[in-house]
Parts: sequence; C-alpha cells; structure tokens
Amino acid sequence: MSRRPLVRECPPTTWYFRQPRYMRYMSREITSIFVGAYCVLLVVGLQRLADGPMAWEGFLLALQSPASIVFQILALVAAVYHAATWFNATQKAMPIQIGEGFVPGKLISGAHYAAWAVLSLIVLILAGVF
Amino acid sequence: MTPLKERLVQLEVLRYNPDTDTEAHFQRYEVVCQEEWVVLDALNKVKADIDPTLNYRWSCHMAVCGSCGMMINGEPKLSCHAFLRDYEGVIRVEPLAHFPVERDLVTAPDDFMEKLKRVKPYMIPKEKKPISEGEYKQTPAQLMKFRQYSMCINCMLCYAACPQYGLTPSFIGPAALTLAHRYNQDSRDGGRAERQEVVATHEGVWECTFVGACSEVCPAQVDPASALQQMKITSSLDWIVEHLIPGGKP
Repeated sequence: MSRRPLVRECPPTTWYFRQPRYMRYMSREITSIFVGAYCVLLVVGLQRLADGPMAWEGFLLALQSPASIVFQILALVAAVYHAATWFNATQKAMPIQIGEGFVPGKLISGAHYAAWAVLSLIVLILAGVF
Repeated sequence: MTPLKERLVQLEVLRYNPDTDTEAHFQRYEVVCQEEWVVLDALNKVKADIDPTLNYRWSCHMAVCGSCGMMINGEPKLSCHAFLRDYEGVIRVEPLAHFPVERDLVTAPDDFMEKLKRVKPYMIPKEKKPISEGEYKQTPAQLMKFRQYSMCINCMLCYAACPQYGLTPSFIGPAALTLAHRYNQDSRDGGRAERQEVVATHEGVWECTFVGACSEVCPAQVDPASALQQMKITSSLDWIVEHLIPGGKP
C-alpha cells in the first residue's frame, strides 16, 4: 500500500470567510487602514501648518466638508474598535501572577481602559476643550 | 428507568482512499443514535453496522488522548467531545484542516511531530546533579507559572484552527510553541536560549498574527495565544538588551 496523502490547500484570498472568528480578526485588521489614513491626514495638516496661515485655514475648511466628516467618524469608530480589542487582548499577553494565583484578566484590561480615559482627558485639557 | 432517547443522525463524511481516489468526496450516512452520544459514537456505529471501510483515529473516548480531532461542521473538535445534542440537521465531518489527509478522516501529523521536536519540549536542567542529591524542588507558585501550558494533549486542533499555519506551513505553530513556553517558564529548566533559536524567528512566534483561534478551540483550555504573545514580549526584550544595551546579553 502506497502512502499518497491528499493536501487540501488553505484558500489564500478567501480563508477568512470560513469562520466568524476569522471575519472578526479581519475586521480588526481592516481598522488599521482607517487609523493609518488618519495619521496621513495629520501629517498633511502639519504640512499645511508649516505652509502658512492661508494654507492652514484652507485645511481646516476642508476638514469640515461632508466627505471629511464621514471619514473622520469612520476613523474614530475604527480607532475605538482597534483600541478596545487591543486592551481586551492585553490580559493574554501580560498575565500578572501573585503567589499561586493570577490577577483577574478583567482587571488588567480595565487598567488599560482607565489609563486611556485619563490620557484622553489630559489631551482634551491641553487642547483647551474645557 | 426511562429509556434513552433515540435520534436519526445524518452524517456527511469526507472520504479519501489513496489507492483509488484522486480527490476527496463526501459520503452521506444515516444512523440511529442515542441522544446522549457524541459524534465519535455515531462514527463507531457507522463503522460497525454500515460501512467497515470508514477510517478515523480514536482511543480514549474521554478528551484526554487527543487522537480523534476532526472538523465538525467546519470547527476543529475532538469527536469524543462533540455532543450530538448540540447539532441539528446534517453533521459534516472532515479530517483536521491544514494537515495532509492520509485516508478518510485520518491525517498525517508528521509536520507537527517534526516541529514539536525542534522546540525541545523537555526539561533541560539548569544545573545537572546526580540522583543522590535528590529531586529538583519547586514551589506551588513556581508550578502555577507554567501549569496551564502543560495541559496540552497534542490534539492539533489549534493547528487546524490557525489560518496562519494553513497559509504558511513553515510556521512552528501554536501547540509546539506553547510547549516551548511551558518549559521556558519552568523554574527547573535552563534551556530557553536553545529554544529561542527556533522560537524567536519568522517561523516561530513572529509568524503569529494573534488571530486567537487556537485558544478558542483548545479542548484543554491551554490558551496558546497567550503563550505566544508572552514569548513575543520576552523575545523583543532579548532583542533590546542585545542590540541597544552595550555589552548586553539576553
């Protein structure tokens, strides 16, 4: 009897349709595109700022266009989803052992959310929102 | 005593005979099962009463040996741990994904076995001492540091769940890397530097993109995703010490 194993390839472009958990993973990966695009927007803003007051005003005006507002809302949702899934994952990457037990995972993720809230508050204060 | 409830179960099983087939095909079986049975019981009934040519692996029937891993409705499962009551309609049974199919539901685990060897999943004592000096002692806290990762039953469900392994077969994969972590975390072990030769490479932890499917399907609650992320952190720290600190050695 000969050995002739059958190899079943993993479809290289459609594998993530196989399982809802793969779709969840890919949706998180896709959020990076929005986060990256927003970073590019910030760099363009810096460039406009360096170009002078006229260029800066034009940039601010462009930010208020409907298309820009839709993009910013999408980027915000993507960034929040990306950050939340990241914080939820931290408990896996950095378990804290105390004696024979481990600090509950929710506490580790919760600490990240708390730090996020505090830092966001500091940024908003520095930006003069309050 | 109340008689056990019976149910007609329809199984759609992937068949492949290397002697006669060029590709696999599905075969439908209808078999009367008891409601409390698991998919493995249904397969045993098929083999005993309907089709003795059906091939699959199993041994303990109690989710300990790790032999009976299969794709059940597309999900990697131990067939002895997949209760019929949790399934409706036709139950599709396939061999574990990402492994070559030897025959029917039997896969070839050679690749996993080879990778397992490469990570040296055994104790490499920090200090060798003669038996006369007694055992290597460990506190309960030191045991708890790695205990979870020692529960792996080598069932390979995590490999079948990991798309990264399916797409890049050179990836060492979840179970083998987790076992490397298990020994790295052991206070009696001194083999981490040797294992890093395999662990801290592109084929090692850096091929993992943290899909997390390995931990979701693990029947022994080992959490390989956790082990791999921890190894990424320690490997990164090694790199920082080696490259950014003058005279630093990981």
